[in-house]
Order: sequence, then C-alpha cells, then structure tokens
Amino acid sequence: MIELTIDGIKAKVEEGTTVLEAAREMGIIIPTLCYHPGLSPYGACRVCMVEVVKGDHSSLEASCTLPVEQGQVILTNSEKVTRARKLIVELLLSSCPNSKTLQDMAANMGINKVRFKIKDRGCILCGRCVRYCKEQMKSGGIGFVGRGTSRRVATAFDVTPEECRNCGGCEWICPVCEKACMADSLIDGLCGGCQNLAPVETCLVCTGCSESVSPQGHKVY
Amino acid sequence: MVNDYEKVKAIVDRYGGKHDSVIAILQDVQSEYHYLPEHTLRAVASQLDLPLIQICGVATFFKAFSLKPRGEHTVTVCLGTACHVRGAPAVLDEVKRQLGIEPGNTTADMRFTLETVNCLGACALGPILVVDGKYHGQMSLGKVKKVLNRYKKVQKDGRHEELKVSS
Repeated sequence: MIELTIDGIKAKVEEGTTVLEAAREMGIIIPTLCYHPGLSPYGACRVCMVEVVKGDHSSLEASCTLPVEQGQVILTNSEKVTRARKLIVELLLSSCPNSKTLQDMAANMGINKVRFKIKDRGCILCGRCVRYCKEQMKSGGIGFVGRGTSRRVATAFDVTPEECRNCGGCEWICPVCEKACMADSLIDGLCGGCQNLAPVETCLVCTGCSESVSPQGHKVY
Repeated sequence: MVNDYEKVKAIVDRYGGKHDSVIAILQDVQSEYHYLPEHTLRAVASQLDLPLIQICGVATFFKAFSLKPRGEHTVTVCLGTACHVRGAPAVLDEVKRQLGIEPGNTTADMRFTLETVNCLGACALGPILVVDGKYHGQMSLGKVKKVLNRYKKVQKDGRHEELKVSS
C-alpha cells in the first residue's frame, strides 16, 4: 500500500493506481475528457492536470497517467491548477466549440471568454475512439494520420476498412459527439447557455441543458 | 502486383517480420519505389499482421515518407532562419516559377519534386538549394535557372548531364 496526500487528506491506495483513480475514490472531483475507465490512460487532453508538490516547488502533471508514489503531495484545486485547466479548456474549445461537454466544463470553471481564434475541427484528438476501436473492439479500424496541425482521426486511405464492424462505438465514446451543444450562436467561443445564473429549472438557450440544471449551471464531471 | 507482394515480403522477412521495425521496412519500400504505393502498404500491413491504419499512421507521420509518387529529382529549398534572411523566399519563388509547382508537389512530367526544409545545418552556404542530395550554396535568382537546367537536360543515352559531369 502506498500513502499519499491529496488536497491535505491522507490516503492509502494500492500500488499501480493512478492519482486520478485515487482522487476519485476519495470523492475528489477532477474533470477529464480523454480518460475512460475501460480504456488505457492516454494523457492527451490535459484537463485532469494536478499540482504535484515537491518540497518548495511544484509541477503540473496529468493525473490520469501519473502513478501514485509514496509520500506524494497532490493538490487538485490550487490556483495554479485551475488557471492551467482554464487555459486548456479554452484551447480545446477553440478547436471544438460545439461540444456540450466542453461548454459545460467551461461554464463550471467560470471561463467567460475564449481568447483564441476559433477553428472548428470538431475533434479534440483525445484518442478515445482510437483506443476504443483497438482495445475494446480489438479491431483497429481507425487511427491518427498526419502530424501537427494536420493530425486527424481517420481510416486508412479514407475508405471503410475490413476491420470495421460498424459498431458505432467510436461515435458513442466520443466526448464531442455524445453531447453536441445546440446553441445557435457562440459569443467569444462560448454558448453561454450553461452559464445562466438565474434560478431556472431548464435552460432556455441551449436545448441540451434540460437535465439537472442548478443555479450555477451544470455539474457534469 | 504479385511481384510487388513478393518484393515487400522479402523486405519484411529481412527484418524478421517484427512489429517494431515498421519504420525500417517502410524506408526500404520507399527506396525501392521512391514513394509508398497504397498496395505496398497493404502488403506490409497483412504481412506484419497489423491494422492498415497503424502503417498509414507511421507513413503519414514522418516527412521522409511520401504517399504520392515522387519525381526523378528532388529539389529542396532551405527556408531556415539564416537562409531566410539571405533571400531564400525569393529563391523559392524562382524555383516555383521555373518548375511551375508548389512545394510538396511534383511536375506533371514526373521529373522534379519540390520540397522545403527548415534548416540543413549549413547556414554559411545559405541560401541553399539541394538537388538529389547535392548542395548548391550561395544561390541567387540567376543561378537557380542554371542549376535546374543541368538536371532538365537529358543526354542522348538517357543520362543527365549532371551525372556525367560528376562521374
């Protein structure tokens, strides 16, 4: 058993678990996008960033790929972490503004403007579909092609491969496809629907907001 | 096609059919065909028993691999910082004008492929124009035409003048 401190709470966890799993077991909320319990950790989206305190300095690490260590001190909600997460969500939103998951995340984090140029690519390259196809379906029909700004998820030579069983799992597991933001217009890259602070049962701006809306917006994590 | 399959098989066998030698295999396939034809990628995938997309991912990731047929000569213009300040963009424009193609493309007669590179590490020679691995330094707009013409001309025996000069 390994002893570590997360947000000032001491905990004992099995060796080999990740910081994210340990924190979730303790009931600490860490937002994630590319992480899925049924898939191997990937560390692509960086939204699960936590602060690892080492003596008088600290570093930011993606908790989904960070294994627990003896005596580790983790902060999941420090100013450094929230600032970094906000920036990451803004960056992700700029490449994929029509994801309700992302818009909700932005609303919960109090982001009120996306500072980057919006370039809608409809994908955040989290690799969930790729890993699902490979690990769960044992198929490997889709994967990443290209590099840098031209990197995208695709099938080989853009034709449906023999390996594809039309299971639709890639769409089902996608954090962007699963909930599309239905807001008509975006202001500063945000739909704003979920930032509605008035105490209403249903949000009138984006139609996807009908479930469990609190006065502070959604809690989707 | 059958012949191609055998060729690829020989290359794959040379590396013992190991999954971690995909890059080496693709390099050998590319040196055989000058590019990576679709059917050779399919052959590599089936012989290594890997999904085709994984091979495609590797082939599209590295700039050294090309999925498009390449010309006989590869013309590379360095656009690194040192070459840039010495006028490489103008050299590139001149090469583009001479060959009538954009970087990354091949002329219709399959003679030249134009590429750009971000630094060749020979900044003292800049601006540099590389044709088939031969460095032509201190390039000027006038010299571009001269250099390219050497490769454009074909000798009667089918060999290029440049090859004859260097041999």
